[in-house]
Formats: sequence, structure tokens, C-alpha cells
Amino acid sequence: MIGKDIAIKVENVSKYYRIGYKEETKDTVSGTVVEFIKSPLKNYRKYRSLYRFDDVDETLENDSGNNNSNIILASKNISFEVKTGEVVGIIGRNGSGKSTLLKILSKITHPNKGRIYIRGRISSLLEVGTGFHPELTGRENVYLNGTILGMRKQEIDRKFDEIVDFSGVEKFLDTPVKRYSSGMKVRLAFSVAAHLEPEILLIDEVLAVGDAEFQKKCLKKMEGVGQEGRTVIFVSHNMSAVTRLCQRTILMDSGTILEDGRSDQVVNTYLSSGSGSTAHRRWENPETAPGNDVVRLRACSVVSENGEVCEILDIRKKCGLRMEFEVLEGRDTLLPYYNVFDQKGIRVFPAVDLDPDWRGRYRPPGRYICTAWIPGNLLSEGRLFVGPSVKDNSQKNIKYFYVPEAIAFMVVDSMEGDSARGDYVGRCGGAVRPLFKWETKFSPQ
Amino acid sequence: MNDKQIISKGGMANVRVIEAKKGWKFLDFNELKEYRDLFYFLVWRNIKVLYAQTIMGFSWAILQPLFQIIIFTIIFGRVAKISSEGVPYFLFSTVAIIPWTYMSQAMTASSQSLVTGSGMLGKIYFPRLLFPITPVLSRLVDFGISLIIVVLVMLYYRVMPTWNLVFLPFLLIMMASIPVGIGLWLSALAIRYRDVKHAMPFVVRMLIYSAPIVYSASSIPETYRFFYSLNPIVGVIEGFRACMLGSPMPWIYIWPGIITAALMVVTGVFYFRRMEQIFADVI
Repeated sequence: MIGKDIAIKVENVSKYYRIGYKEETKDTVSGTVVEFIKSPLKNYRKYRSLYRFDDVDETLENDSGNNNSNIILASKNISFEVKTGEVVGIIGRNGSGKSTLLKILSKITHPNKGRIYIRGRISSLLEVGTGFHPELTGRENVYLNGTILGMRKQEIDRKFDEIVDFSGVEKFLDTPVKRYSSGMKVRLAFSVAAHLEPEILLIDEVLAVGDAEFQKKCLKKMEGVGQEGRTVIFVSHNMSAVTRLCQRTILMDSGTILEDGRSDQVVNTYLSSGSGSTAHRRWENPETAPGNDVVRLRACSVVSENGEVCEILDIRKKCGLRMEFEVLEGRDTLLPYYNVFDQKGIRVFPAVDLDPDWRGRYRPPGRYICTAWIPGNLLSEGRLFVGPSVKDNSQKNIKYFYVPEAIAFMVVDSMEGDSARGDYVGRCGGAVRPLFKWETKFSPQ
Repeated sequence: MNDKQIISKGGMANVRVIEAKKGWKFLDFNELKEYRDLFYFLVWRNIKVLYAQTIMGFSWAILQPLFQIIIFTIIFGRVAKISSEGVPYFLFSTVAIIPWTYMSQAMTASSQSLVTGSGMLGKIYFPRLLFPITPVLSRLVDFGISLIIVVLVMLYYRVMPTWNLVFLPFLLIMMASIPVGIGLWLSALAIRYRDVKHAMPFVVRMLIYSAPIVYSASSIPETYRFFYSLNPIVGVIEGFRACMLGSPMPWIYIWPGIITAALMVVTGVFYFRRMEQIFADVI
């Protein structure tokens, strides 16, 4: 049924939800009265049917047309295995079924079809601080929350000091939690969660809590969990956390597994699948492409060293911002440049064409592909947005085109110790992250 | 949930199976044992939180029934002059209202337990049975405190306890099983149909007249006595009175009630366990 080294085996699991019916409203008084009298029976049928799926048959799962329109398949015939000690990420758009899958694995909701084998003690973290009661003190909530997450009392007794230490709220342990700031509450809640020691851990996006300082601690703790040989399933929207924490990632889309494989590849597929902006864009129709009768933008992309489109960039590798434009009317003042912004909307840098062969020269009509090469170990982790433009060199305010955030790519640090992070795994700020040469002069006393 | 422990020699120990299988299930004792610490903390939390930020604190456990006893004594004892079989009406209603207060509060809290706990229901798994059973246990603390009234009133009327008191533990179990049975059924219904929330207050108010709380059971014609005593509340109240006041134990009222109460609990567990799969989906 299940191999010795398998922690989780999911076999043909399906989960249906029935969404509400459209309410019929009558527009006559008598119609409304009749409706009102009939409504209890109608309501009863409606609420009853919410969890009855006798009319759902096998064909529905294979039927892409899905004629039974009030049924949603949150999971469609999903099968996969997770080995013991594996850290697996699950990504996908909102509504792709990843949270449902996690809820099925953690027994919160039940599959309508299929079977799941789970070897070992399992704990799920769909939210931090489940069951926290505002009237109880910090100390009491640690015990309550800990047992809710599946710990035994003795276990909490043993780890209590550690939990409190990690949270940094020692002073307020005997204060009701309702007097805590939201930050303190989250820190205490996460500390309890972080000290869970199940064999299998299911996590849903709980890393996005607390202040920067605390997030650092959490991320470190999370990495520790992975290294301790525990099986972890991690659902997240944070692509850089997924690539960093998980070796393997499952991409879900409308209830099915779209791809299952190495994290960087899967994240790549996801980002290039059209969800959000991608690292490559082409304007096929010259009439509607950005620009005017002088210059038109035809394509823009981020490329790796060997010239391939690059959605996910290893922080250590160089990359090129490439644009392809057509000059329709020769000029000697055409100046390509880029604006690069980070996720917070901060301009990381502008880049102006400095190619000595063309700078200030006459550009005859034709097709130009120009690339700005960005050295490795310069950009900071995260998503970067690139806006290509061609402007006029003599008249500063003339832009032939400018497409803000035309493309985007992701910079990730694989944490192998040779980037600017060194062996530090926590959160790093900064718009850029250059790798410097450090020097120390030491003189003994 | 369809969660069973499979233990075999082929390395399948410690493997759980979650299956899409419908069916009737009874209690999963292994699982309940695993979660006993949580059960303890949930009960303890309910007790601790019940009177949080009140001036009177646990005095409410005494004040609430006390006022009801006083009002009932005035209305039914003095004004309506309902027979209390020679017992002072104040004493007569005290020994009935104390267990009634417990049962009515416990069944209301238990019926709403899944709805009030729906935040947890959708975020974490633990045996769903803990939801309706927790308030039934935590309310026992209130009940214990309110027994002080019974003791004081008995002292005032100089009623000596009799050997009938040995039946008290047994009656307490019967008393607690009623809100368990009702809570199992209604909590599972209430999560799907919120009508329960609106119906509960007046059903409880009506139920008080279905049992010999303001009147005595002997005023029910003998022909209907059996049907009347199928209501387990009747047995608990009459039994409680006999326990405290030393009248002969009214077994004819108690036995039918025990059967109904036991049936309610057993069918309640089956119904609850069958329905629990869908709780998280219908919140």
C-alpha cells in the first residue's frame, strides 16, 4: 500500500464543492408571498444539497466542459507521493486547489473520492494562533494552542522556556493576551508552532508574520525543520521562499497537478504561465506595438548568460535586459534605456545605453536588439520589474515609447554560501546586494 | 473521519488512512485518548473564560438560579398556589431549578459549540466530538457552585440528608448525559441550519414546563405517566428531589428516562460522526 520510505501517499483524491444556486426573485406581490411560503422547503433542499454529491459521476472529473455548473472540483483526481524527509512546496494561483489539498491532508475537510496514506504524526499550521483566547494569559494560551496543534502537556512543559525565549514576550506571560500588541500575539503564536515536532508538518503561508527581525528568526527555524529530516509540505505564494526552502515543488492549477519537479523549474513554469508578468514579451502586431512612426518596440525580455529567457535568476549569475525595436525613421538621437523597479515600487536603477558603437550616432531604419548586461552578485532577492524605453537624447522630455513593468523576473539566492549573504539565511533588505571584497587589517595589542 | 490505525507486520505501523467512505461510525477511543490533554485544556479554558471581566465572577453561578427560584416561588407558589406535596415551595423549586439550570445552559452551549468554534473548525483538526462535550463538562463547575444554594436552603428548612443521597452520583451522570445527547444532535444540525440558534432559546423556555420543575409529577394523570417520563428531564428532576428531600426514589419516572437519554447519546454519536466529514465545508 505504501512504501517504507514514503511519508504521504495521495491516491486519486477528488474534492467537490457545491456553490450556491442563483436565487430566483419574483417581481409580483403574490409571487413574492408564494415564494415566501415555499421558501423553507426550498432552503432545506438547498442547504441539504450543499454536501450531497450523489449526482456527481465519474465522467465529471474527466469532463473539461463541466456541464454541472454549480459544482466546483477543488481537487481533481490528484495523486502524488512524498518521501520521508522531503520538503515539498505547493504553488499555484488563488483558487487552484492548493489550500483544499492541504485541508484534506490535515483532515479538516474530507475527500469525496480517493485515499490518502499518512505515516507518522502529522501537524498542520494553516494559521498561527488558532484557538488563542484573548481573556487567557500568554502562559495559558501557550498550553491551549500547543495542545490544539497536537502537542501533549508534558511536551509543552519541557519546551516551555524555549518557546517563551523564542517569542521574546517573557515579561507579559501572565498578562491576558487581549492586552498584547498584534505583533506580540503573532510572535507568541509562531513560537508555539515553531516548537512542534511532528514527523510531518503542513504549513500554509504562515511565514508572512511579524516584524522583519522576527521573520528572520522564523525563516531560520523553518530551514532547521527541513534539515532535521522532517517531512514538510509548504503552500506559499512566496516564490523565493519556495525555491529556497523546498527541493521539490508541485504546481497546481484548477484542482489538478500541472507540474511536479525541481523547485526552480516548476517555479519557472508557473511564472511563465501567464500569471502575472513574465520575463519575455513580444508585440506581434506592429500597428499596436508601443511606439510611434519613428520607433516601435517589438519585444523585451530578461535573458541569461547564454541568451535564453530567464524567469528565475540565480543571484550569482549575470543576466541581460534585452529589447528589440524597429526604427522606422532614421535619427541620430535615439537612446534606449531601462527603468528597473522592485516589488515595493522603489527604483533600483536606471540603465542608459552606453554602447560606444552607437551612442550619439545615426541609427538608420531597421531592427535593433540591444542588451544591457547586469553582472552577477549585484541585484537583491525578489521580483524585479523592467520598463524598456527609447527616448530622445537631445530633447529630454521626448519618449518614443516607455512601457513600465513590461516584464518581470525573480532573483533568488540558492543559499549555497557563496553569495553576498555568506552563511546568513535570514531576511536581507536593500535595493541591491553587491558582493564586496572585504579586507581586514589586524594589529595585536 | 474515516481514519483508522492499521497495524501489521509489513512496516505499516503508524500509518493512517483517510478515505472517501461514507458510513456509520461510533467512537474512536484511541484518537480520543490521544487528544485527552487538549480536552482538558478546552474544558479548563471554558471554565476560566466564562466569567472573565465580570464583577460578580462565579457568584453568577449562584445569582442566576437564585433569582429564578425566588420568582418561581412568588408566582407559582404564592400567586398560583401550585401544590408542592407539603414541602415548602421554596425548597421544592430549589432542588429542581439547580439541575434544570445546569441542563438548560449546558444544552444551549453544546448546541452552539460548533458554530461558535467554527474558526477553529476550519483551521485545525482534532476530534470534532470535543466541541459539544466540552461545555457539558465545564458547566459542571457552575452546577457544583450552585449546589451551595441547595445546601443552605436545606439547612434553613432543617431537612436532614437521607440514604437516598447515594443515588446522587448516578443521577448526575444521567443529568449530564441529557445535554450530551441533545448537544450532539443539535450541534451537528446547527452548523448546517442556523435555525437551531433561533429556535433554541424558546425551546428551552418551553422545556421547563415539560418537566416537574414548577409543579410536581404526581399532578400528571397516571394514564400518561409513562409517556411523560420518557422525557429524561422528568426522571432527573424527580430523582433529584427524592435524593435531597428523602422521599422514596421515583424509579418509575427514572427508568424510561434513562432509556431515552442513552438512546439520544448513542444515536447522537452516530449522527455526529456521520456528519462531521462535512462540518468544515458548510461553516
